[in-house]
Amino acid sequence: MKNVIKLFFSIFLCSIFLTNAHSAGEKIDLLKTDWSFKGYLGKFDRGSLQRGYQVYTEVCASCHSMKYLSYRNLSEKGGPEFTEEQAKAIASNFEVTDGPNSDGEMFTRPAKLSDKFVMPYANVEEAKISNGGAYPPDMSVLVKARSGGADYIYSVLLGYEDPPEGMILDDGVYYNKYMYGNKIKMPKQLYEDLVTYNDGTPATPEQMAKDVVTFMAWSAEPHLEARHKIGFRALIYLIILTILVYFSMKKIWSRVESEV
Amino acid sequence: MSEKKKVERRDFIFTASYALGAVGVGAVVWPLIDQMNPDRSVKALASTEVDISSLEPGKSITVLWRGKPVFIKRRTKDEIEEARNVDIKDLPHPEKDEDRAKDPEWLVMLGICTHLGCVPLGDKGEYNGWFCPCHGSHYDTSGRIRKGPAPTNLEIPKYEFVNSNTIKIG
Amino acid sequence: MSDHNYVPSSKIGKWFNDRLPLLTLADHLKEYPTPKNLNYWWTFGGILTFCLITQIITGIVLGMHYIAHADYAFDSVEHIMRDVNYGWLIRYVHANGASMFFLAVYIHIFRSLYYGSYKSPREVIWIIGMIIYLLMMMTAFMGYVLPWGQMSFWGATVITNLFSAVPFFGEGITNWLWGGYSVDNPTLTRFFSLHYLLPFLILGLVILHIWALHVPGNNNPIGIDLKKPSKDTVPFHPYIVIKDLFALLLFLIVFAFFVFYSPNVLGHSDNYIEANPLVTPAHIVPEWYLLPFYAILRSVPDKLLGVVAMFASIFILIILPWLDTSKIRSAIFRPIYKQLYWILVLDVLILGYMGAMPAEGTYLLIARVATAYYFIHFLVILPLLGKREKTLDVPLSITEPVLGGSPNPQMVKKKEQLS
Repeated sequence: MKNVIKLFFSIFLCSIFLTNAHSAGEKIDLLKTDWSFKGYLGKFDRGSLQRGYQVYTEVCASCHSMKYLSYRNLSEKGGPEFTEEQAKAIASNFEVTDGPNSDGEMFTRPAKLSDKFVMPYANVEEAKISNGGAYPPDMSVLVKARSGGADYIYSVLLGYEDPPEGMILDDGVYYNKYMYGNKIKMPKQLYEDLVTYNDGTPATPEQMAKDVVTFMAWSAEPHLEARHKIGFRALIYLIILTILVYFSMKKIWSRVESEV
Repeated sequence: MSEKKKVERRDFIFTASYALGAVGVGAVVWPLIDQMNPDRSVKALASTEVDISSLEPGKSITVLWRGKPVFIKRRTKDEIEEARNVDIKDLPHPEKDEDRAKDPEWLVMLGICTHLGCVPLGDKGEYNGWFCPCHGSHYDTSGRIRKGPAPTNLEIPKYEFVNSNTIKIG
Repeated sequence: MSDHNYVPSSKIGKWFNDRLPLLTLADHLKEYPTPKNLNYWWTFGGILTFCLITQIITGIVLGMHYIAHADYAFDSVEHIMRDVNYGWLIRYVHANGASMFFLAVYIHIFRSLYYGSYKSPREVIWIIGMIIYLLMMMTAFMGYVLPWGQMSFWGATVITNLFSAVPFFGEGITNWLWGGYSVDNPTLTRFFSLHYLLPFLILGLVILHIWALHVPGNNNPIGIDLKKPSKDTVPFHPYIVIKDLFALLLFLIVFAFFVFYSPNVLGHSDNYIEANPLVTPAHIVPEWYLLPFYAILRSVPDKLLGVVAMFASIFILIILPWLDTSKIRSAIFRPIYKQLYWILVLDVLILGYMGAMPAEGTYLLIARVATAYYFIHFLVILPLLGKREKTLDVPLSITEPVLGGSPNPQMVKKKEQLS
């Protein structure tokens, strides 16, 4: 048994080591908040996801695309879980280009559930020229595309400050405490009561940041809830099976004079 | 006695390990099978809306639905007559035309021969309906099999009239 | 191959076995006499077989949904993660499976180094193993390119540029590897093709590896030759099978933990940004399992020599059976080697850590010392040590006392250390 524990811990230590070696690098203390989706059985907060969607459409969507989301995702399990009618209503607010029709022409129609989120710009170049040369990144997997993840984006949204003395910023460049390099081309977005939440939650910048980052975390990892649920079961299953096999092994090896 | 008990306990451990192991293998195999089923984006495209306002009587159009051709035929009076006057006892696959076409003027069906999946040709064959060139199946003006190797009538998909100009298939 | 005299009991079995002796093979595998004192470090062979099969199965599944085209690769990976039924699970198993595969292979290699499993008569097993390891690195590298994220693209650029260090032909070779003048769609499609092919070569080599193992039989913790079958051995089934299975399950717990609770911790966040040939990420690092070699590469100030040093660090392992001149296999009986072994382990870990750090200042200095030590260990210390080292007495069998005489108290003590 001693050996087993030794073995298990060496694998475990190796994994810890390589995890750390990997993420080693400069670290700034990011702002923290209590994400409901962390932890072994963590789930998204539906209310927060729905509010986050509202913040996204009303604040972010004019510049940032979310090209991997479809309107149907809004009513899927594990997401904001709008009802299908609500999702259809949301979709029909957007115009998409379809076609060609039988006359060979493209036409616009209201979006359907199967359509992808409508993008604010036709292409990257248009996005750049409309935003002073900086491309507003697509937000669908952004949480996974930044080290620090949800905490990092939450911190950047709330990290606008006056630049330290002596730092000269160009026009259209803003100082952000948490942004990589401290310079960001997106101006501060979240001000008190910028949106009006239907459920009466006070729209403080912290609340809006938390909601929209929750929404982005879901968008980056839409199956997170299923993953946590299946993972929890899989681990319990493996532990029970390991114990059973351990006793089977003891039984079998008891036939020879040797230690397992 | 104690010997027997020991044996029972050993058997229990082995049986339990095997049984639990089998459950695990099953749980692992399922995702590997299910991944080949239609995915969410495919399922989301399961319905198509078709504009039929410009279709003249006697003409038909073919639209793509779930990757398969769907025939939408605006039938003439004669064709409806012909379809309705058949004694269904004579049919290999008895179905009333009334059950196949909700609105007698409009016939909506999958354009796939029920024999081996070819696409039948319109306004052909001995029954003025459709004719499958692959193995010679003849369908009538209601898309019912009359002659040839196909076992059943052309399939009617789920569809509804959204308004007088639009049919939603699926 | 111990027993060729197997006769199936059933008539049909006999008929078939006379024509294709699969049943004899199965019997051989079942009865294969295995040293009974193998410890848990010997279970990694089985774990590695499991890893390879898992990677092949999940890989074939991903191949059904993945699109090997520069314009669609990234999108198709997102499609797998979002829409394909259980696609997220299969991809995370495949991605983390690569890391787990390397974790297991490093333990397997270092087990061999400690117990001298590479020595006569097992040199061929070792060499095949090293070829497998090389192919694994190639496969993993090309696999990492396929999602076509920023790290994929720039990793591919940096690694393929290593070949530009070759005098005269450098540019020709890189252009040939790329199928163009930079990493682009032709590079992606050929990497996909090779990434699909190589695992099957590995599988073939694994079969040879096991075949070569079954000729002399397993080495064991005390590194002595055994009479087979004897009181020192047990049949492979059920004794070793159940033990391997138990170890595999422990391994799977760690594996599952990564897949379900930290699926991206071993990857790079930059790889969730689509490849962009105009912007290089601030900090390019290879996957963790390549870091020691990356550190060696960077610690040599000359481009060509750096590449040479990196490849040499791997090829040196292939000739290891002839570099180590000691006749004694197990480190248990080699007090000095035992300490040097742990220093080597530390050295490689330091190299790995330095590979992840920026190549400057103190980091670079440490990396250079560690690189130098790595080569000194294999090229200087091992050949000399084998001739000078005063080894301990080695028992003649696992169960019997030394030389058939009275139990040797020293050996009894050593045996306790084995467990």
